[in-house]
Amino acid sequence: MHTLLKHTVLATMIGLSGPAMASMAYVSNEKDNTLSIIDTNTREVVDTIDVGQRPRGILLSKDHTKLYICASDDDTVQIMDLATRKIIDTLPSGEDPEQFALHPNNKHLYISNEDDAIVTVVDVSTKEVLAQIDVGVEPEGMAVSPDGKWAVNTSETTSMLHWINTETFEIEKNIVVGQRPRHVEFSKDSKVAWASAEIGGTVHIIDVDNLEQIHEMTFKVPGVNQDRVQPVGIELTSDGKYAFVALGPSNHVAVVDAKTYEVLDYLLVGARVWQLDLDKDEKHLYTTNGVSGDVSIIDIEDMKVVKSIKVGRYPWGVVIDPTS
Amino acid sequence: MKASQYWHCFVGIQTREWLRFWQQRTRFASALVRPLLWLVVFAAGFRAVLGISIIPPYETYITYETYIAPGLCGMIILFNSMQGALSMVYDRELGSMRVLLMSPLPRPFLLVTKLLAMGVVSVGQVYVFLLLALLVDVEPPAWGYLAVLPALILTSLMLGALGLLIATWIKQLENFAGVMNFVIFPMFFMSSALYPLWRMNEASPWLYWICQFNPFTHAVEAIRFSLYLEWNPMAYGITAGVTVVLALLATAGFRPQRTKILGSKPA
Repeated sequence: MHTLLKHTVLATMIGLSGPAMASMAYVSNEKDNTLSIIDTNTREVVDTIDVGQRPRGILLSKDHTKLYICASDDDTVQIMDLATRKIIDTLPSGEDPEQFALHPNNKHLYISNEDDAIVTVVDVSTKEVLAQIDVGVEPEGMAVSPDGKWAVNTSETTSMLHWINTETFEIEKNIVVGQRPRHVEFSKDSKVAWASAEIGGTVHIIDVDNLEQIHEMTFKVPGVNQDRVQPVGIELTSDGKYAFVALGPSNHVAVVDAKTYEVLDYLLVGARVWQLDLDKDEKHLYTTNGVSGDVSIIDIEDMKVVKSIKVGRYPWGVVIDPTS
Repeated sequence: MKASQYWHCFVGIQTREWLRFWQQRTRFASALVRPLLWLVVFAAGFRAVLGISIIPPYETYITYETYIAPGLCGMIILFNSMQGALSMVYDRELGSMRVLLMSPLPRPFLLVTKLLAMGVVSVGQVYVFLLLALLVDVEPPAWGYLAVLPALILTSLMLGALGLLIATWIKQLENFAGVMNFVIFPMFFMSSALYPLWRMNEASPWLYWICQFNPFTHAVEAIRFSLYLEWNPMAYGITAGVTVVLALLATAGFRPQRTKILGSKPA
């Protein structure tokens, strides 16, 4: 009885301690100017929060206490405190920020400014703009290698990956890839980078040591017109086994063997699948489906889509808080 | 009558149906060809048609194959029941049914047992079909295969009773083509077997209402929901209700001699 009481009290305390305890997925709704918060245990939207205009790229601070939100039409990056779910600050971001990446030092935020063809580097603690780096036309995707050495920007019109040295803030190499590169994802060991080209319909795998392309992938979704196969978001499992590629308006996610680059399966999700994120123990993958306005959850062990959850209009980015 | 006598008769009729099935193994296989063609050929052409909305009992987007599989289970039962019921008329004329009906047990019991026996064979076919459907990635949850069993039996009873009712009205047993055109096809197409009803509603509200009043729709939905481990009381309720009404009408109307109920005048 005593133990039961203790457990009940404990459970109540956990319950009361609120949002910070359960693992939450955050989804930016581009057209609704909101953020949907999904409880990953119950798989239900538990909260919807008003944020700046046209929220797109979102990411977590390295200590998982804050969420950074690109409010594209407000020309700013907002900072949300995860414990209180309140916007506590904004950062200078340059015009029209869409995607960004945080350096492992938890300080330097690399923001791509689509309209100005630059990458802005901001120190999040001092809010100081450290550098503005000229890149190709319409910069879009942004990634920083887990070892912190490289920042990579993709420019949509120039179809290039710009490799920025994070110490000097200078471009050291440009790699031409397929048309309209959208997103870059590094392997956890920083040895390879995967870049998606939306119009080209390709995914390029780059060897980071030599800064050279080692493989180029194409996709063929059965029953779907090739024009609609547009790779965007990429997610890699940390065991190096799988890569997942969101194929935009083909409404499918490609499951790729990350070693052989062979497509293992195409999974049907909602319309215009955009960005992806893995949950805490990498058992599930969450996808944002822009046109159908929902988030699909893929069970990685079974390689099956298990549920789709309605969120706001045009969900763009998704990140899952790994702490729980 | 003692319960043991009922049981003896029940077992007898079931056994006879299985024997008959065993002698017509090719029919069993050929009856699977139709739904498999729908699943593999027809659905392939419409693969991208669905996947635009999520409808219960599904929790996410599904391929068209997945959508029509329960409807095709219904189709197997529909064709079997109609054929089976018509063969009862045939039996009636050739006399083997008369032997059965000579049993001192109540006629409704005999007829329902016979329908059930035919249903069991249909259900066997449905399970073979569902196993083959795994090849085109129609993968319901494992327990769904068990949960769907009551829905399948209920559906086969309902359609068997309907077939029996129709059979009592048919003047000639060669008239299977007529039954196809006026019963099987309308029932199949004007239901939720091939397309979700909200789609029908968008295209034409009155067609939607016809589909809603079609008991086959509810039978298919009962199969669909149970296969995905969801409980749909409305679908079950309507299917069960219609089954009882049809069974009552069919058993009341069934006469060993056709001319009696038809009341046709001598030429």
